[in-house]
Amino acid sequence: MTEVSGLEALHPGTLDCVHCGMCLTSCPTYQVTGRETSSPRGRVYLLRGVAEGEIPLAETLAEEAYLCLGCRACETACPSGVAFGSLLEQARSVVDRAGLRRGWAKRIEQFALRTVVPRPRVLHGLLGAVSVAQRLGLDRLVLPWLPRRWREMHGLLPRIPAASERRRLPEVTPAIGEQRGRVAFFEGCIMPEVFGAMNRATVRVLASQGFEVVVPAAQRCCGALQAHAGELELATELARANVIAFGQAGAQGDAPENAPGTASATAPATGFDAIVVNSAGCGAALRELDHWIGDEGAPLAGQVRDVCEFLDQVGMRGTPRPLSKRVAYDDPCHLIHAQGVADAPRRLLEAIPELELVAHQDPAGCCGAAGIYNLTHPEMSAAILAKKLDALEAARPAIIATGNPGCLMQLQAGAQSRGMNVRLAHPIELLAETL
Amino acid sequence: MGPTPNPSSLEASLRDVVGADQVLTRPEELFVYEVDGLTHHSARPRAVVLPATTEEVARVVKVCRRHEVPFVPRGAGTGLSGGALALGRGVIIECARMNSILQIEPEDRYAVVQPGVVNTDLSKAVLHHGLFYAPDPSSQLVCTLGGNVAENSGGPHTLKYGTTTDHVLALELVLPDGSVVRLGSPSGWPAGYDLVGAVVGSEGTLGVVTEATVRLSPIPERTETLLGIFPDVVSACRAVGAIIRSGLVPAAMEIVDRRTIEAVEASVYAAGLPTDAGAVLIMELDGAAVAVGAQAERTRALSLAEGARDVQVARDEQERQRFWRARKGAFGAMGRLAPDLYVNDAVVPRRKLPEILEAVCAIGDRLGLRLSNVFHAGDGNLHPNISFDRRDADELARVLQAGEEILRLCVEAGGVISGEHGIGTEKREYMGLLFSDDDLEAMKKLRAAFDPTLACNPGKLFPTTRICFEANPKARGYDQVPFE
Ligand SMILES: Cc1cc2nc3c(=O)[nH]c(=O)nc-3n(C[C@H](O)[C@H](O)[C@H](O)COP(=O)(O)OP(=O)(O)OC[C@H]3O[C@@H](n4cnc5c(N)ncnc54)[C@H](O)[C@@H]3O)c2cc1C
Ligand code: SF4
Ligand code: SF4
Repeated sequence: MTEVSGLEALHPGTLDCVHCGMCLTSCPTYQVTGRETSSPRGRVYLLRGVAEGEIPLAETLAEEAYLCLGCRACETACPSGVAFGSLLEQARSVVDRAGLRRGWAKRIEQFALRTVVPRPRVLHGLLGAVSVAQRLGLDRLVLPWLPRRWREMHGLLPRIPAASERRRLPEVTPAIGEQRGRVAFFEGCIMPEVFGAMNRATVRVLASQGFEVVVPAAQRCCGALQAHAGELELATELARANVIAFGQAGAQGDAPENAPGTASATAPATGFDAIVVNSAGCGAALRELDHWIGDEGAPLAGQVRDVCEFLDQVGMRGTPRPLSKRVAYDDPCHLIHAQGVADAPRRLLEAIPELELVAHQDPAGCCGAAGIYNLTHPEMSAAILAKKLDALEAARPAIIATGNPGCLMQLQAGAQSRGMNVRLAHPIELLAETL
Repeated sequence: MGPTPNPSSLEASLRDVVGADQVLTRPEELFVYEVDGLTHHSARPRAVVLPATTEEVARVVKVCRRHEVPFVPRGAGTGLSGGALALGRGVIIECARMNSILQIEPEDRYAVVQPGVVNTDLSKAVLHHGLFYAPDPSSQLVCTLGGNVAENSGGPHTLKYGTTTDHVLALELVLPDGSVVRLGSPSGWPAGYDLVGAVVGSEGTLGVVTEATVRLSPIPERTETLLGIFPDVVSACRAVGAIIRSGLVPAAMEIVDRRTIEAVEASVYAAGLPTDAGAVLIMELDGAAVAVGAQAERTRALSLAEGARDVQVARDEQERQRFWRARKGAFGAMGRLAPDLYVNDAVVPRRKLPEILEAVCAIGDRLGLRLSNVFHAGDGNLHPNISFDRRDADELARVLQAGEEILRLCVEAGGVISGEHGIGTEKREYMGLLFSDDDLEAMKKLRAAFDPTLACNPGKLFPTTRICFEANPKARGYDQVPFE
């Protein structure tokens, strides 16, 4: 694809915008700057202008394409159905191919997204080294010698668990009690390394609810980070690999009995009742695989369910044990805006006896994590995070629950820096603890 | 205009005032600021400045004066008459960053706000006092109070609560010479001429509003929202007439026609409106709990008598919000039909609504346009919406023709050429339909009293006679127009 065809391809998407402005205040970067150029409407107008040759493909678009967090709050606000997420991916790809994005951010990102993240062994090895360094305190020793940027990055780095914690999940976990169905679990690339406990909790809850859980060994990274960074070719490659991995794993088992109360009544396309994901970012990407690879991706995409959404749909068996805590639920952008899931996690949490679900002022706003945005745009990220933390702090929760690893890390770092006495958890962990 | 200004020193002076990163001058940035909510008029500014304080605004205005460059205040850019366009290569003074609520006085029922405060944010901030800010334009989730003041914006609840002008008590204004004045008083009883009244609705031509003291209203004890489902728009209009004749004062009465329903139901604002209805009429009654129930019942009966197929009552606040979200997302939802939407705005006597609507639809049909109606029926305020593609020169020409025919029709019926969206660049040539030359001269004198050099938002409101309304396929060229 040449650069011109990239612009031609995205042009029709820009015509969906009637310039009504209803998206403005949903946009975190507009909220902070008050600038039309940093609003969804302005960005679409820029794109259309470039595609129609009214203005050059230049630095403003390059900056805006990356200042945008890809949070897609504008999609939830837009009455005209502008597919902003997909426009953004295409825009970034055009910007990159035009060579407009340079500098350290681009280089680190490329290295991470091309070399580390999609290769489990490289990622495992690298994080293993970090884990050892953290344990021995070596990281603090070298810290003062590092450039400022690296020091900032270090602050955001979560504590990497020891290798024993970072083991892969078993390929098959049998259902407990009467079997209701068979699901595949998408474990993600970073999740098993940093949030292995969360993945194990997910499998435990699914099994406890009567689902056999298959974790196909050949699954790959979802490609979301790559796609959001404009690396559409790599994302496409990963998408195809996942279609094959889940298709083959699904075909191996017996066709599931569609017991009452399972996710799908019709013959499931991949041989599973659902492909369950516990990371909102991965879930959003997998649900839209067909955007990258067309019909080939549709069967997989159509079966993807967020873990809370799935459990809410099939219904939890039995009553959870009580958990007497104030919990604030925070919507990950890629769950509420990209997947339209907002009520399910709240319902599941509310069903836990004695748990007090408290509302806060800014549940659907972005937290500023957005992949590695907090590294590439530290100031904007901090401004957005501050607004979120103000809202959360005012609600005085003992636990903040949110279903996306990036948001968990960002909120954790933010809460810590403010000295908030609060625990961060994925809703599924709270469900696992109250089984 | 005077001598050609030196752009570099203008920019440098602006940067001195607000800081380098609050002045936008790249061609692509200026491109984005060339339109507001009316997409077929455009004019690129020379620079965009984002001040944070009254003092910065005053200094920015002085810099513009010194360089003899016109300037125009801007809020969220949702205006629908081209009001925020910078004609004459002017400087846009973007007020969106001035978004603090400065003071809330629940007992005296007013709030003092900066102009960039978003309409609904004020209502949210005073909710816990049991108060709200009544004017509720459909764009209220995003539009600014500064823009509301300038356009004298209304909304669905204007029927009972009035427009912005009924809710503004005092203003702080940076005059076009850079001096700062305060008009009106929070008590709402100004002595002497009502200068606040003159500024509200002046479309940014008398200065930059930098602070507004606005009235807060108590949240009614009870609110009932009804959804009347009608076979066609005309019978819905008749129901509106019957309800008003009966002496009821509903808080709002809004009609949404079938084409709009279809678009809304396909959008994220879907509310479960019946797509097989010819029109729905959203009716709201509010007030003392004892009264509202009976009033709602009468409204229901009157609707049924005028041919409503069914009248639903919102069961809870959630459903009520859903009805309103559908109404308020209607404009954007029309974007599903074509890349552009032209929202016309005119007022007719209520009793003539049924016949005028029929005539409006006939104009659309005759010109082969996709015309739909969603409007403030209780006020007789029409919004014929025309979906089009501004790149199609022929279609654009027909859109403009329909717009003009509709305005003439409304004026002949005893109406006016704008209910709430203002004149801006869009309708300036039609002022002559309503006003004599003498009338216009008198208005110009008022304007000159505030702005003798006509540097503040030039080219709006008054006919120029020099502009021709030929369709322009690229819809550019407004920036070529002399603004004097
Ligand atoms: C989807 C949609 C629905 C709408 N519904 C309604 C409705 O129901 N009722 C209604 O009345 N309007 C409606 N409008 C029109 C528009 O939203 C209103 O006119 C609104 O008041 C404009 O506010 P803004 O902040 O966007 O102002 P802008 O569009 O930025 O500016 C509008 C005018 O105000 C002037 N202005 C802005 N700020 C200042 C200031 N600080 N001092 C002086 N002048 C200033 C500008 O110069 C310009 O002339 C709608 C628009 C859209 C897109
Ligand atoms: S994706 Fe988020 S940051 Fe980007 S334009 Fe939309 S709302 Fe703004
Ligand atoms: S809400 Fe949608 S149609 Fe309206 S301006 Fe934003 S992107 Fe465009």
